[in-house]
Amino acid sequence: MSFLQYKGLSEINGPLVAIDHVKDVSYDEVALIKLSDGSERPARVVEISGDKAVLQVFDGTKGLSLQNTKTRFSGKPMEIPLSEEILGRVFNGSGKPIDGLGDVYPEKFADINGKPLNPVSRIYPENYIRTGISSIDCLMTLIRGQKLPVFSGSGLSHNKLAVQIVRQAQIADKNNQEFAIVFGAMGVKNDVADYFKRSFDESGVRQKVVMFMNMSNDPIIERILTPRCALTAAEYLAFEKNMHILVILTDITSYCEALREFSSSKGEIPGRKGYPGYLYSDLASLYERAGIAEGSTGSVTQIPILTMPNDDITHPIPDLTGYITEGQIVLDRGLDQTGVYPPVSVLPSLSRLMKDGIGEGFTRADHSAVANQLFAAYAKVQDARSLASVIGEEELSEIDRQYIVFGEQFEKHFICQGFDEDRQLDETLDLGWELLSLLPRSELDRVDDELLEQHYNNENAIMKFLSDTEE
Amino acid sequence: MDNKIYSINGPVVKLKNTRDFSMLEMVFVGNKKLIGEVISADSSETTIQVYESTSGLRPGEPVVGTGAPMSVTLGPGIISNIFDGIQRPLRDIKEISGRYIDDGIEANPIDVQKQYDVTLKVKVGDELTGGSIYASCPETPIITHYCMLSPLLEGKVTWTAPDGKYKVNDTVCKIEDSRGETHELTLCQKWPIRTPRPVVERMPISMPLITGQRIIDTVLPIAKGGTAAIPGGFGTGKTMTQHQLAKWCDADIIVYIGCGERGNEMTQVLEEFSQLIDPKTQRPLTDRTVLIANTSNMPVAAREASIYTGITLAEYYRDMGYHIAIMADSTSRWAEALREISGRLEEMPAEEGFPAYLPSRLSEFYERAGYMKTLNGKEGSVSIIGAVSPQGADFSEPVTQNTKRFVRCFWALDKSLAYARHYPAISWTASYSEYVGDLSDYYNRNAGEDFLPMRQEISNILIEENKLMEIVKLIGSDVLPDSQKLVIDMARVVRVGFLQQNAFHKDDTFVPLSKQKDMMDAILTLYKRADDALNKGVTMSEIRDTGMFERLIKMKYEIPNDKPEMFNTLKGDINAAFDEICKKAAERSGV
Repeated sequence: MSFLQYKGLSEINGPLVAIDHVKDVSYDEVALIKLSDGSERPARVVEISGDKAVLQVFDGTKGLSLQNTKTRFSGKPMEIPLSEEILGRVFNGSGKPIDGLGDVYPEKFADINGKPLNPVSRIYPENYIRTGISSIDCLMTLIRGQKLPVFSGSGLSHNKLAVQIVRQAQIADKNNQEFAIVFGAMGVKNDVADYFKRSFDESGVRQKVVMFMNMSNDPIIERILTPRCALTAAEYLAFEKNMHILVILTDITSYCEALREFSSSKGEIPGRKGYPGYLYSDLASLYERAGIAEGSTGSVTQIPILTMPNDDITHPIPDLTGYITEGQIVLDRGLDQTGVYPPVSVLPSLSRLMKDGIGEGFTRADHSAVANQLFAAYAKVQDARSLASVIGEEELSEIDRQYIVFGEQFEKHFICQGFDEDRQLDETLDLGWELLSLLPRSELDRVDDELLEQHYNNENAIMKFLSDTEE
Repeated sequence: MDNKIYSINGPVVKLKNTRDFSMLEMVFVGNKKLIGEVISADSSETTIQVYESTSGLRPGEPVVGTGAPMSVTLGPGIISNIFDGIQRPLRDIKEISGRYIDDGIEANPIDVQKQYDVTLKVKVGDELTGGSIYASCPETPIITHYCMLSPLLEGKVTWTAPDGKYKVNDTVCKIEDSRGETHELTLCQKWPIRTPRPVVERMPISMPLITGQRIIDTVLPIAKGGTAAIPGGFGTGKTMTQHQLAKWCDADIIVYIGCGERGNEMTQVLEEFSQLIDPKTQRPLTDRTVLIANTSNMPVAAREASIYTGITLAEYYRDMGYHIAIMADSTSRWAEALREISGRLEEMPAEEGFPAYLPSRLSEFYERAGYMKTLNGKEGSVSIIGAVSPQGADFSEPVTQNTKRFVRCFWALDKSLAYARHYPAISWTASYSEYVGDLSDYYNRNAGEDFLPMRQEISNILIEENKLMEIVKLIGSDVLPDSQKLVIDMARVVRVGFLQQNAFHKDDTFVPLSKQKDMMDAILTLYKRADDALNKGVTMSEIRDTGMFERLIKMKYEIPNDKPEMFNTLKGDINAAFDEICKKAAERSGV
């Protein structure tokens, strides 16, 4: 650390300040701004031009004047202290403990920006994580080391779903390898943060959770650091302590808005909807930190949650996210309104890594066949429904009517399940077959005859599903 | 004079008051020697884009020029390798810096220690011109590497080394040019990535790139030396389609550029391609593949360069007389890299923030494809297949629209097909291929005169269905007359039985052209017989009860690729079934 202190600032603009006549300052390094009242605010160099440095102040510039500050540069990029003690602790968005238990005694310091993982050092993920949720396990299987976001909307039950996944997920191997959860909250409401804390307590995993909390009333610049701190902690635990880590980041939309605010105050040329042109690269620098690396037995699995503004999946945030992540779980307002929990919209949801993590030796040999057939059949349900809305259900052909019945039962029994219901994989797949059996056998064209012979049972299906609907 | 950094903003670094650098010159930036490229120069300010993270860089650190533009090293050792966007070998980087990629790593693009069995192709006194082959060596078990004189040189051979084992930097031949200067030739050479390698002439397109994918080979073919774009929203299967093409297309060499895409996908390609065996050569696919991986979290400027690195490697092998297919996944990320850098340079943006030179850059790239006569008289081709990731799956955005102007094959991926898990999700209504005419000779000669008429009939069924669906959407299919119901049922056979293809099925993942034709033939036989039966008074439900629709839908699985004779049995069964129901109908009307 240099002993030079720079007195005063030359410019203050939103979260940015400029200092003139600096010497030997490097790009991206962290500085401490000391106010005359003794308080300190960390800041980061975002632009250097000759002897002028532009800094981004994490806690906002409120109360700063051109004269009342002394700035000292650290010579290092932003780092956070790490040790296994961070498990069970709560930090603010920039990695300072806020649970009153004092500082972390560090085993090492790590740069929060991380470094790109060499594609050659990655191990292709193929072990599935059972979440106990039928729609996810069967149709968009989560794989260890994957990044699978939840695309939701304001007011939908994404938080509840995330908690259920955390509680039920069998992340660890049979050989009892340790697992932990890293929770990064960006701009969430205090209620939501409390809900997560309480849920972690109730399910008894609190000691396995590291929390980084940036509330909606906290400074936005800190929000840009929050996911980076969380992922740095996750990488440390996964790759150096060989643990399986599930990272939950919520809400990516708030993060992107913070980025937009910061970018516009810096005077950058905006891209789509005012978001900076580098939004894709920036999001990629977060999401790509999921994975499995050679030389360690741990893994980082990410479930980022984002609320789609106006439920619009083509908005830049879900759009760019979908291009980076390995699939998505989309929640649907229509299903939510009809009381279906979790309201997973099956057709636009997808898990890209699923194909290599299911089937013989992983889940069950018939998994991909039943999943494909369910997708195909449910796509036809949508066609039949839109036709019915034009010509009325009465006028539909016999086949279309059967699809409508299948669709109803599928939503009621397969997608919908209790918050506490933890379904085994066999249970889920068998349920899928039973529902498919509601359709005529000739409609099941994605499955070969051998499997149909084994699993198709029309009478049984009608008994099971249709007799109780008539009651 | 020492040149020092003046300002730093993301990947853009500026210098003041220097005249030492030329445009597009490669430079080393800072104490860590980060690789950069000069992108603008005037008397007061020189701008450099840096291909690595600029974290920790300080004003005042030195910038050193190399005197040459951004270049790649061309020589044996490229195939089977995996590079980042500026041709640094990722396996060697792993040896140096471990699991993460550090900044400022220097690594030789190709292995300089490995020895190759070199055969000299020239003798003292031979006159060589640019592109002449002076030596050859086996690079992988299936690719022979030809060392060619740089297109900029010519001269008379004054010395040759004896045949034997040499490393890439050993001199194997010396030539003297017309000015009396001697040039020592090794096994490798450098070439600037932004300059196309010269050829004698561009030849007319005449051969298809056979991919084994029915919707491509039969319906929307691409030619060797052609260009194609695969636009599609996320989750529609761009990457899957490119993987399928990279695995099965009949090019000699594949250059796979992962440009701003997912790290896990590159790992998958690496793992899968080393296990998969090429049916033609019985060797792992890695023996014919070059990977360029600049994942989305790697520096953005190198992403911009990766496309050029890839095409330059491809052109080099084309000059040896090979057919190369480039998979660029995805060109939208490359365009975004252009936008990002343009934004940092504070250039005036055109549409959606993209720079005004986006169309000219795109056309420069796609025009480097082609079927060429090379300087040494061979024929080779570079075909480009570029994925496009339109924002919000909206094909009217600038990258898709501008790409459409410069490619001749447009494979539009459709969201609703992907939702129904119909893969490849190439829409048969929104896509087109301009190569059908150019390739008709080839199809007539190699697939039979009846291939293209059959293709047209299959297309007609789909077009007809498309029209009928407008009505069905309004009033349902029950009210249609039987002849139109038949069209809808046949279209289902075409869609599910023919166009849809299962990449995970051992036979269906690659289907030879002859089987594609047999399948069309079976479908059209059924259509003809069914249409004829309807005229004879057979009802639609009787036709459905024959079960022939379902059998044709499953023929792709049930008839293995090496048993074409089974199609005769199938056609026999169709005829028998229809003879029977026609007979019944005749009896009925007779009574």
